[in-house]
Parts: sequence; structure tokens; C-alpha cells
Amino acid sequence: MDSATSDRRPAERTPLSRSADNGLKIVIVGGFGVGKTTLVRSVSDIRPLNTEEVMTQAGEGIDDPSAVRGKTSTTVAFDFGRIGLDERTVLYLFGAPGQERFWFLWDRLFAGTLGAVVLVDTRRLADSWYAIDRLEHHGTPFIVARNDFGGPAHTGEQVRDALDLPAHIPLINCDARSRESSKAVLITLVEHLHALSSAQESAAAQETHP
Amino acid sequence: MSRPGRDEDPDRLYIVTGGRSRADTDAFDLVTLVVAESEPALGMQSEHVKILRMAERPTAVVEIAAELRLPVSVVRILLGDLLALGRITARHPRTGAARAGGSSLPATDILEQVLVGLRNL
Repeated sequence: MDSATSDRRPAERTPLSRSADNGLKIVIVGGFGVGKTTLVRSVSDIRPLNTEEVMTQAGEGIDDPSAVRGKTSTTVAFDFGRIGLDERTVLYLFGAPGQERFWFLWDRLFAGTLGAVVLVDTRRLADSWYAIDRLEHHGTPFIVARNDFGGPAHTGEQVRDALDLPAHIPLINCDARSRESSKAVLITLVEHLHALSSAQESAAAQETHP
Repeated sequence: MSRPGRDEDPDRLYIVTGGRSRADTDAFDLVTLVVAESEPALGMQSEHVKILRMAERPTAVVEIAAELRLPVSVVRILLGDLLALGRITARHPRTGAARAGGSSLPATDILEQVLVGLRNL
């Protein structure tokens, strides 16, 4: 569904500013074909890149060559893009598959993420149950964005019910092909994070100065 | 867009890392920005040379992995070598997270900075 030929950004690397010193990340989680790469492409400064991580079985010796030689390893590929926010701050957007084996690598790859967007296709809502479950388990704050594939209309309440999504977690509609819409998804997430963080900071202040 | 490493010869990965499968250090986040502190030297391993060239400007670990078409874990090992030799420095992510009691929400001032950047896109 993503046509690389329609991307007019240059294929060569675009370097960051010399003053760049803080890389932040947001993860877009979703099932196959839900539009993760499309969303990343819509807002990224660079043509999305692809890389992978290999997880070896726990407990292996550091010098065990079999760890690299494949039999005992799991490979997870993911896409990413980049947004220069200011002279010093760069936001990386990762498109991560929601499949089960991927979650073994969550901590290694995405610890320290600001938060996550669960991108869903209302025709296949069950695909995102596992991802939501895992994000809750990891304590990673997230919002849910419903990518519009022009299917039958569901109300927000229906989607919320189907996902068993608590009322305080934002659920928004988006069109991942649109830059403005994808931008709005990211802003909704960061505003949600800001609300959570403000609440936590004021609670901490209360404890210190009752 | 091709997926790097998918059909990678495992021997190449083995040779690149000198047989190590794990970095000695957790110093490198995916988005840690790496900066070269010296020119590549004669006789240096080709991957080290490529990293130093890329990192003439700050470059994230994950971009290095994508460019070299190597798994992130392998790149972390290579970066660990260069860091130990003082040939690179690392600019680590700062989210301002307190990390206390398992909670790791980013600090509000960092989030405000991100919001300003996103709204200006």
C-alpha cells in the first residue's frame, strides 16, 4: 500500500544540525497494513528507513557464536522516520509491529519512549487487543488512533467497547495519509502525556509540601 | 525499501563483531546521538570507518544501523568499541523522567518543547 516511488524526498541521508543533542521517540504500534509506515511517512523529515533488531535467547554466553548464527535468534524489523523539532531536539517515530514476538524486544528498543500511538483499523479491531494489553503491562502511556479506511462507520463508543478502552485514554480518528491529520495524532498523544505528567508532578509537590 | 539483514550471511555479523553477540555497555539507546571525535584511521575496520564518516554530524544509533544494514545490537557493539577508544561521544536522550517507582513519565517542560515543535510543523 505504501509506494516508495511516490516519495519525493531525497534518498541520500539528511544530516542533523550540529547542535542536535536530544533524541526522543514515539512508537506507533499496530497490525500489518494498518498504516504505521504511512503515518510515519506523512510527518517525517526523511524518507522512512527500515532496520531490525535480533534477540537472542536469554542465558547464552557472551561469546557464544550461535547467538549470532541464527538458530536461537528472533528478528524483528521496524520502520522509522524523524522530525527535527528545534535546533537541539529530534523526535524519532517508530512503526512497530504488534505481533507477539515483537514484545520481547520492547524494553531493549523502546524503553524511554515518550509514549505510544495504537493505530487501529476498525475492520480488524481484535488485531490491536494484544498491543493494548502489552502497553498497559509495560506502563507505557498511549492513545488510540483509528485510521479511516472508509469502512462501515462505528461510533467512538462502539470502538471503545470493542477495545475495552478506559474513558481517560484518548481515542481519535485520523487519515494516516494526511500530514495534518498525522500531526494531530502526535499532538493528541503529547497533550495526553502532558496531562498525565502534570498530574504526577503536582501530586509529587503535594507530598513534599503538604 | 529493502529490509536489511534479512538474508544476511551470519558469518558477516560474526566477523564484524569479532564473535561477540552482546554489547558490554547499555550506553546506546536507539536514539542516542553519536558524534565522531576523530577522523577514521588507517587500518581501521571498515564498519568503524563508515560510522565515523556518518557521525561527522550527530547521528542516531538507529540511523547508523539502517545505513550499515546491520542489526541494532551489532551496531551497539561497534559503537562500544569506538566509545572505548575515545573516537566518538554519545549524546543521550533526556526525557526528564523521574524513573521512580517504575513510573517514567517525561517531564512537562520536555513535553511542552515537543508540543511547540509539532505545532510549528
